[in-house]
Amino acid sequence: MVASSPNVSTQSHQPPPVVGVFDEPVLNISELSKSYVMGEVQVDALKSVSVKFYAGELVVLLGASGSGKSTLINIIGGLDVPSSGKLFFHGREITAATEAELTAYRRRSIGFVFQFYNLISSLTALENVQLVTEIAEYPMSAKEALLLVGLGHRLDHFPAQLSGGEQQRVAIARAIAKRPELLLCDEPTGALDFQTGKLVLDVLEKVNRELGTTTLVITHNASIAGMADRVVRLRSGEIVEDRKNLERLSPSELVW
Amino acid sequence: MKPLQRKLWRELLHLKGQMLAVAAVVACGISVFVSMSSVKYSLEASRQRYYSRFRFADVFVEVKRAPEFYREMVSRIPGVASVSTRIIADVTLDVPGLDEPATARLVSIPEYRTPVLNDIFLKKGRYIEPGKPEEVIVSKPFLEANHLAPGDHISAVINGRKKELLIVGMGLSPEYIYEVQPGSFFPDKRRFGVFWMSRRALESAMNMSGAFNNMSLTLAHGASEKDVIMQLDNLFRRYGSLGAYGRSEQLSDRFIVDEIKQVGIQITFLPVVFLAVAVFLLNVVLRRLVATQRDQIAVLKAMGYSNEDVGLHYLGFALIPTAVGSVAGTLLGAWLGRGLMNIYGDFYNFAELVYYFRFEDVALSVLLSFGAAVFGALGAVRKAVQLPPAEAMRPESPAIYKPGFFDRESLRQKIPVSLRIIVRNLERRRWKAALSVLMISLAVAILVAGRFTYDSTERMVQVEFNAKHREDVTVMFNNPMPLSVAYAIASLDGVLEHEYYREESVKMGFGHRVRRQSIRGLQSSEGLQRLVDKNNRRLTLPQDGVVLTKTLADILGVRVGDRLQVDFLQGKQLHREVVVSGTIDEILGLSAYMNLGALNRLAGDGGALNAAYLRIDQAKAAPLYTTFKKMPGVAGIMMLKAMKESFDELIAQSMTTSTLILTTFACVLAFAVVYNGARISLSERARELSSLRVLGMTEAEVSVILLGEQALLTILAIPVGFLIGIGLSWLLAEGLSSELYRLPLVFSAYNFLFAFTVIIIVSALSGILVRRRLVTLDLVEVLKTRE
Repeated sequence: MVASSPNVSTQSHQPPPVVGVFDEPVLNISELSKSYVMGEVQVDALKSVSVKFYAGELVVLLGASGSGKSTLINIIGGLDVPSSGKLFFHGREITAATEAELTAYRRRSIGFVFQFYNLISSLTALENVQLVTEIAEYPMSAKEALLLVGLGHRLDHFPAQLSGGEQQRVAIARAIAKRPELLLCDEPTGALDFQTGKLVLDVLEKVNRELGTTTLVITHNASIAGMADRVVRLRSGEIVEDRKNLERLSPSELVW
Repeated sequence: MKPLQRKLWRELLHLKGQMLAVAAVVACGISVFVSMSSVKYSLEASRQRYYSRFRFADVFVEVKRAPEFYREMVSRIPGVASVSTRIIADVTLDVPGLDEPATARLVSIPEYRTPVLNDIFLKKGRYIEPGKPEEVIVSKPFLEANHLAPGDHISAVINGRKKELLIVGMGLSPEYIYEVQPGSFFPDKRRFGVFWMSRRALESAMNMSGAFNNMSLTLAHGASEKDVIMQLDNLFRRYGSLGAYGRSEQLSDRFIVDEIKQVGIQITFLPVVFLAVAVFLLNVVLRRLVATQRDQIAVLKAMGYSNEDVGLHYLGFALIPTAVGSVAGTLLGAWLGRGLMNIYGDFYNFAELVYYFRFEDVALSVLLSFGAAVFGALGAVRKAVQLPPAEAMRPESPAIYKPGFFDRESLRQKIPVSLRIIVRNLERRRWKAALSVLMISLAVAILVAGRFTYDSTERMVQVEFNAKHREDVTVMFNNPMPLSVAYAIASLDGVLEHEYYREESVKMGFGHRVRRQSIRGLQSSEGLQRLVDKNNRRLTLPQDGVVLTKTLADILGVRVGDRLQVDFLQGKQLHREVVVSGTIDEILGLSAYMNLGALNRLAGDGGALNAAYLRIDQAKAAPLYTTFKKMPGVAGIMMLKAMKESFDELIAQSMTTSTLILTTFACVLAFAVVYNGARISLSERARELSSLRVLGMTEAEVSVILLGEQALLTILAIPVGFLIGIGLSWLLAEGLSSELYRLPLVFSAYNFLFAFTVIIIVSALSGILVRRRLVTLDLVEVLKTRE
């Protein structure tokens, strides 16, 4: 099955190198606001947020629930559009992109990991990853991606046959298989216990280190911040803190 | 296979119950369309082929007796392509094993076989040999009904002389595809047959040498039938012509054309209903699917799948069951079509009734179904496409409920919580509830309309064979008899009651509208024959004036009180005027009735009689029939009981078949709608119901909430379905009615009871199936998963 599809061949192509100066931000966000109506209530999810993210960074976005971090990451990922403000990806304005351009942006540059894994329950682990390798330009093979997250032995299992941690690792494999420039993780350990959560963070750290993928991890768990290069804290839709960690801890050293 | 395709297949398999229901509804629609249109085409094509192969004539003239040289004259009329003359005579037969006399229609054929108009298709045996006047070819239905075959003998009374005839062949003719005795509507295969006999033999037997009494002709391409008929009428009036007529007034052709038209009506009405239901089902099933897969849609989009990819993926959920239904429907349709053609084959005597299975019909119906599928899926697919991924990621905001009618303080106390949940759910989505009711009611309506034709036919039998006629037999005279014949008949042993009628052929006109018609003069409308309309109401025949059947009055455009122009075609051929003194909405045919005395006065002669209605003593029937067989003036007799039996036999079969098909299809429809409705509400409310179970409600209590909604919808749908069914029946009755007959709009209580019972059983069954799923719900699992 794997060898039959050209996109998932183990002889995968390498993506073209990103051209640019190191300090030039991958993402440049300027005065981004978002409000939406839920039921009969209006929610101001983001209030004029400005922030930059640089290549290869592992950033933890900290905040309580309702702080606006998911909204921010959805807008970064092209899943949502802001009410006002601008977002530039390598200098290109994403907030002005058409629906087709957004689709292409997500397809080419973004990898998503969700709190509830969001695997397609009718597809096996391998097939879930193939969903991405099918349509990506320079993917690694689906199997390779699953090996990278330590699931080489669970390729043909359906989501219902996998533990929560395993499901999340499939989701990560699915996100990284396309070699995205930006990996966006929305509460990746939110639904997992301590041990399993650490295993998942290990994988994220490994991906960031080995592939150099710019990684944004959303969490409300302050302990996770220890593994980041940089910590951005949000409260009520505003950035209240943006600091660099002097030392990055390995996930195994984290405690919560 | 791509992962998305694999997802599609696996999930279709997972939803197989619902998808099969959709496929079944599509299959029903397609099978009706395919079978009916192939039957329609096959009947049309078989008719055309038969007519052209055996040279069925375009125009017919019957005369008393005209010299043969007129054939030459007629052939010179502009527009006439070919002419044939024949001698035709109705005679009585003594059929072995049959007490009562049967009637043979003797039709002359050339002694040496040459191509003629209205030619014979020799099914078995051989053509007659020259110089053997006793040889006859006999129509297939008569031979088969009487278990006769070539080689058998049969005796006939021809022009007062008994003759032994030898059957040498079994034949069929395009002229008698629908073979009935003149004056009758329904075939009586045992007592009426067509006998083809040598022209020379008939000439000598009927004293008709150098003459003919029947002419048929074909028209050149583009010739005006009306002009030719006018010239023929001028030529043959003095030879006792009853007026020339075209195919549209030829009884056999008339029946077939009507039949084809009726099949055409059924092609439109049933498939439309089924496609509408398929659209509805796909719409609700896919909407639900898209709702449950919000997060999956979001994730696909997050991964970079385009709107087209996602849209096509969900469209697949509509197209695949439609494809399955199309294949099944086509196969079923081919099978049904063949079966229906076999039934038609029993009813109509075609030389060859070829079943044409046309791929154009299949293609058209499949195209329509796919159009319907796309239409049904469109809303849901659009929703999937338009769902912004970030919004899809969030759980659907809880449905907004508002206090409804049953939430009023006064009512609230009295209504249990479970019922309140049911009612609120229905109130919240009124349109969906209304549509569900409409769809279930369509199933009810099909059941009602299906049984309606049955009830209508019952009424037809009741009126035509019971209320209108009290006689046992009708004795037809071969020539108009003087009134004194009554004394002769009355004196026969075994005759209990006797009544006579006169049948005069006329041309009736009002304004520019003219019609060939016969007027029947009745002695009374209170005796053996009565005037009864389609609603089983009796009418008393007025002493003066003419009573027309409603359809005839409509054709002529006359109303009660108008003065009608009447041209008698025989006897003194007087031109008269008569007042329309009443109309009657009869079931069969077109008729005009007058009091016998009034008709005699109008005709300006001493009076004449064409037939007698008799009630006879059954113990003395056999010798009485023997007497009739020998009477030279008797052309034949018609037995009411035999006609009813043959009607029952012929109609019963096609009626049972069509009722069975409609009932089955209505069940499929009801099941599909109710089952899908319950499955969807189970999927929508699994969490809610599990919560209730966790809170301590029993399985039964939870089932009530789930299935109560469907039960309520079904109960509401039944009366709505009755109303739609009545409307549908009315449309059917209008569509199927013709000059030949009109379906009375009657509904028995049994009809409604039947529809009610079927729907309740089908709904209960689908309820049980869904309840099984409810019982096996894993409570913990359901509560754990995110909505």
